[in-house]
Amino acid sequence: MFRFIAARLLQTIPVLFVVATLTFFMVRLVPGGPFDAERNVPPEIKRELEAYYGLDKPVFQQYLDYLGRLVRGDLGPSYKFANRSVNEMIASTFPVSLQLGGMALGLALLLGITAGVIAALRPNSALDYTASGISMMGICLPTFVLGPLFILVFALNLRWVNASGWFDSADRILPAATLGIAYAAYIARLTRGGMLEILSQDFIRTARAKGASEARIIFRHSLRGGLLPVVSYLGPAAAGILTGSFVIETIFQIPGLGRHFVTSAFNRDFTMVTGIVIFYAVLIVFFNLLVDIVQIWLNPKLKY
Amino acid sequence: MCGLQKIDAMPLLQVKNLRTYFHTRNGVVRAVDGVSFEIEKGQTLGIVGESGSGKSVTCYSMLGLIPQPPGRIESGEAIFDGVDLLKAGPPQLRKIRGKRIAMIFQDPMTSLNPYMRIEDQLIEPLLIHERTDRRRAVELGVQALKDVGIQDAAQRIRSYPHEFSGGMRQRVMIAMALITKPDLLIADEPTTALDVTVQAQIIELVKRMQAERGMAVIWISHDLGVVAGLCQRVNVMYAGRVVESGPTDGIFRTPQHPYNRALQKSIPALQPKGVELYTIAGMPPDLSKPVAGCAFAPRCEFVQDICRTPVELKAGASGQSTACVRVQNGDLKL
Repeated sequence: MFRFIAARLLQTIPVLFVVATLTFFMVRLVPGGPFDAERNVPPEIKRELEAYYGLDKPVFQQYLDYLGRLVRGDLGPSYKFANRSVNEMIASTFPVSLQLGGMALGLALLLGITAGVIAALRPNSALDYTASGISMMGICLPTFVLGPLFILVFALNLRWVNASGWFDSADRILPAATLGIAYAAYIARLTRGGMLEILSQDFIRTARAKGASEARIIFRHSLRGGLLPVVSYLGPAAAGILTGSFVIETIFQIPGLGRHFVTSAFNRDFTMVTGIVIFYAVLIVFFNLLVDIVQIWLNPKLKY
Repeated sequence: MCGLQKIDAMPLLQVKNLRTYFHTRNGVVRAVDGVSFEIEKGQTLGIVGESGSGKSVTCYSMLGLIPQPPGRIESGEAIFDGVDLLKAGPPQLRKIRGKRIAMIFQDPMTSLNPYMRIEDQLIEPLLIHERTDRRRAVELGVQALKDVGIQDAAQRIRSYPHEFSGGMRQRVMIAMALITKPDLLIADEPTTALDVTVQAQIIELVKRMQAERGMAVIWISHDLGVVAGLCQRVNVMYAGRVVESGPTDGIFRTPQHPYNRALQKSIPALQPKGVELYTIAGMPPDLSKPVAGCAFAPRCEFVQDICRTPVELKAGASGQSTACVRVQNGDLKL
């Protein structure tokens, strides 16, 4: 197991190198630079800035400099937020997104797995159609519809929580619910499918013939195999949900990492874009590794 | 047990007029259509018939293992030790399943849970029905594996099913079924998916376990040879009905029902070499269409108009019951 994990971690090095290289050159292919704005900076100041950040050097030299710092874990200075490094930016915003994403993920798993199992227990019954229908609605309703709707009902009409902001713990409820429900809906469908597949297997008949109760059949005999599709889905989904969502963070005014994904690209904040993409890639690799480990643990037929 | 005399006086299991229909989009499939039989304590009953003749559905119906819907038990009773299994509620059936009536299945490759260790599956009946504490249950599990001839049982009990061969898995299934010392074992074609040498081993194993423990066995099979060597009584099923029933010897040596006779004639090994193999003309009937009279009539070489009238299984002189009007009337001797 240790060797498997070590090998997988080694494999991530070339992956991250390719990601860093592609992103570095692609952001520079886009017209415009970090110091272009509607009101132009005087040319001599712009030259000073570019010299300060090393942007006057040949691109390939910049690339080598960037890689040199990257190896030491330094993602460079932000070109847009003066005196702040990309590392600092991620360090200050990621915990917020992590907290929001963690709550949303927990909610999504709880709601999704419960609804999926219930639907699978009585396939094609009223209960199944209700659970499947609600989850289909959850998939179809985009967060930018659901979020304002929640604000309207729970913040403006009922006045239970604040409409936006990120101050006390009650502020976490609406954004976590909005973000979680979309994922819950998808998890519910995956769970239903996985459970139906397992419940139709011969070994479930064996379990029934042994006199196992319905609860025992679900929890001891089915859930382990039935959740495999959900686990595969969770790798990329967890990386996405934990790094924050531009839409949610904008609607609820949350100081998370998600909005930097979009704003840094508009700002041509080269280091910020590259830095966030690399950070995201690290998370994806990490969660996929986690998923593989969980799958090995769930499915005894898998060998490493 | 206080009801010991009563148990001895009655058959262990008595099935009367069992009907199981499947209500599908293409109509009502009469999978089991008025089946009656009984089995005594310690006896072995064979149920033979071709695929789709209702052998397995009969047994699944008694244990409440038919998916409902689309399946529905339309009528009948199955009295096991004074309890009608067909009217028992799910909790009561669960107490009997795996404790007093155990089952083994056709395909040992898919009948064991691939996500659970042998140990956990094997001792499950003990945990469910006898509330044995885990350590004791594992001890009994290891012993049960030894009893069915698995080497290094104490180590192998920690394995997963995919680490076992087909024959070994069927041994595990048998150990699991017998771990609660049931009164009745239902074996649903347990050797069909195994190769011939392993088949023989499994049959010997069941015979030995039966002799040691005195349990009754219902052996479902389409392999007439296996049934002949194993069972005291045999039911021959066709299109959801028992067409002939009696002691094994009579069923095989003096078949009375034309279907049973045709079935015996179709065994390749019993025919002279070089002769074209015997087959029964026509196809088994579509069970979603109601049949008036004998279901075998359209394929029967002795068919007469009287065969279209309803027919019941009736005991003849030799203790062999036949559901053929002409045999019952005495105008057909095979």
